[in-house]
Amino acid sequence: MDLSYTPEEEEFRARLREWLAKALPILPARPSPDDWPGRRAYDLGWQRMLYDAGYAGVHWDASPTLRLIFLEETERAGAPYVGANFVGLLHAGPTIAAEGTAEQRARWLPPILRGEQVWCQGFSEPDAGSDLASLRTRARRDGDAYVVTGSKIWTSHAEVADRCELLVRTDPDAPRHRGITWLAMPMDADGITVRPLRTLAGSAEFAEMFLDEVRVPVADRVGEENDGWRVTMVTLSFERGTAFVGEVVACRRVLGELARAARGDGRWDDPALRRRLGRLDAEFRALWRLTQWNVSAAEASGGVPGVGGSVFKLRYSHARQELYDTAAEVLGPGALDLDRPWVLDRLSSLSYTIAAGTSQIQRSIVAERILGLPRGR
Amino acid sequence: MRFRLTDDQRALREGVRELLARCFGREALRAAVRAPGRLDRTLWRTLGEAGFFALRLPEADGGVGLGLPEAVLAFEEAGRALLPGPLVATHLAAGGVPGAARGETVVAAVDGELAEWLDAADVVRGDASGAVPLRSVDPLTPLHRLPGTAAPDPVAGLPAPVAAAPDPVAVLLTAAEQLGTAGRVCELAVQHARAREQFGRPIGAFQAVQHLCADLLVRVETARAAVYAAAVTADPADIAAARLLADEAAVRGARDCLQVHGGMGFTWEADVHLHLKRAWVRERRAGGGTQSEELLAAALAD
Ligand SMILES: Cc1cc2nc3c(=O)[nH]c(=O)nc-3n(C[C@H](O)[C@H](O)[C@H](O)COP(=O)(O)OP(=O)(O)OC[C@H]3O[C@@H](n4cnc5c(N)ncnc54)[C@H](O)[C@@H]3O)c2cc1C
Repeated sequence: MDLSYTPEEEEFRARLREWLAKALPILPARPSPDDWPGRRAYDLGWQRMLYDAGYAGVHWDASPTLRLIFLEETERAGAPYVGANFVGLLHAGPTIAAEGTAEQRARWLPPILRGEQVWCQGFSEPDAGSDLASLRTRARRDGDAYVVTGSKIWTSHAEVADRCELLVRTDPDAPRHRGITWLAMPMDADGITVRPLRTLAGSAEFAEMFLDEVRVPVADRVGEENDGWRVTMVTLSFERGTAFVGEVVACRRVLGELARAARGDGRWDDPALRRRLGRLDAEFRALWRLTQWNVSAAEASGGVPGVGGSVFKLRYSHARQELYDTAAEVLGPGALDLDRPWVLDRLSSLSYTIAAGTSQIQRSIVAERILGLPRGR
Repeated sequence: MRFRLTDDQRALREGVRELLARCFGREALRAAVRAPGRLDRTLWRTLGEAGFFALRLPEADGGVGLGLPEAVLAFEEAGRALLPGPLVATHLAAGGVPGAARGETVVAAVDGELAEWLDAADVVRGDASGAVPLRSVDPLTPLHRLPGTAAPDPVAGLPAPVAAAPDPVAVLLTAAEQLGTAGRVCELAVQHARAREQFGRPIGAFQAVQHLCADLLVRVETARAAVYAAAVTADPADIAAARLLADEAAVRGARDCLQVHGGMGFTWEADVHLHLKRAWVRERRAGGGTQSEELLAAALAD
């Protein structure tokens, strides 16, 4: 058990810190949450800065430990999040790197890394959420293209995306997991209608997507036809494995802010609140250690993150909600004021136990795939 | 960063597990339950010879010369096996109290208003005057109650008197024992969920049972990361965090394990209650979780 970093890793950290100290002050102002073109430009611009500094591919080609250091340091310095680059960098990108052809890797990965293209994820459908394998969006082969018809929902960043990782049914007669194909659909194709959906936080973070005879070249298929479910499992392991590292660091910072705010206004004298904050501190310390533990395991196995991500995701998503509920306690009546800090974060924390696989689904995964309990239903 | 067990640490864990299976297996455990309050001196000397108490003493002083991470692994195994006796107090006394390191002297310690194993001990650390035996909830841990400081007046809302800061190593080794219990009850729950059938299928196929088991594992794995990391850093705040996570994993884990066992879980015959009761004893040590929560809160506000 060794928590120390090698001289090379420390050197990487030091250089990154130095660069962040120079890069962050020259960033443009953050756009408002409703300004979609502004957000796209801002997020891509940040990715371009990372690219020029040599950090663009850190999610893909760096060791798990360097990735951890990168996420820790950027969060500590208050750098922007991946934002609109989320699917490209943490989802579609790694999937294409692992499963795509040489031609596809050359065509799609550099624009993601250089901050030129935004990807979105078209997996969920109105009737296929937790039961993703029941998806019905149809793709019929017509010459060198698939013709896609159906609808997708909850597609984050759909409005500003250039491409969409899309799951379609190519064989309606095959067993449900065997008739699915993974496509990279160009978002400027004819027949795509995007209708924004308003979240409970008031912003339009995701959208409905209607697909009417959309032509997607066969060359834009990743993996074999009808082998899309296996490719999807690779995609989801990335989503659950690495996406939250920076957020744990951020949560620990928020916790310190909460304690200082409580101290400033007298609520600190309430032992129940103090103890709640102390317990949350223990929680986030442990989640950080669990992250380091998982990173070391990934480093040792040299592979794709596994189902262990479900253990982390379960615990983390509930801890995050408890953090912002505690923030509401610190805020008192201010908890009902949307202009106060943490109030919007409290609202958005509600999605954490739903997005990327609900807590119930994660528990079933832990029970069946880690503990080996018999398959339930 | 290589935050995983080394080969040597793995071997040590296996070694302790085998030793405990040999000298404190299920038979011995149930025999101990039938003879409450009796400390098995032969077992104690065997532990001493195996280096359980002298684990962290330098080799020059006749010890094993290992560190906190190794001690944590050994105490985790002790927790798993429900090994009885003042293990933490004797381990901490090794090198200070003659005979403690070799398991020839049994050392107990006063801890706030409670003391474990007073009557069986050769040496008692702390002021045990006025100690009165109580009928211990845990058949494997005899307890005394001490007069201590006057209880705070809940009406006047006076703050509880702040006890002397507990020894962080004692807190950490207790957390390691809790981790052992947590891991064990998770295994017991999963074994039972696989074997027991109702409605024509293993109860582990029912989602309500699956989700209890999944939460058991999530608590164990989160606590494990916290306890092992605290063993590496030896930082008092990390140790406080580890104890909170480990207490929760042990106490809630034992309760959920009991639930998965149904009526069987409510019997004296099943081992589940022994884990739960011991976890209750351990969570009171060193000022309890409140002390740790306040320590972490104070550090946060700085
Ligand atoms: C903020 C946000 C962003 C998202 N972004 C995207 C995106 O970009 N692309 C995309 O494709 N999707 C996205 N999603 C969709 C997300 O993956 C789904 O919402 C999620 O998988 C749940 O599906 P559902 O909403 O249909 O709920 P349902 O599956 O209908 O679930 C409803 C309830 O039933 C429970 N339930 C369902 N099945 C079971 C079962 N077998 N056992 C026990 N309980 C069960 C669930 O746990 C839940 O509590 C996003 C969602 C959110 C909230």
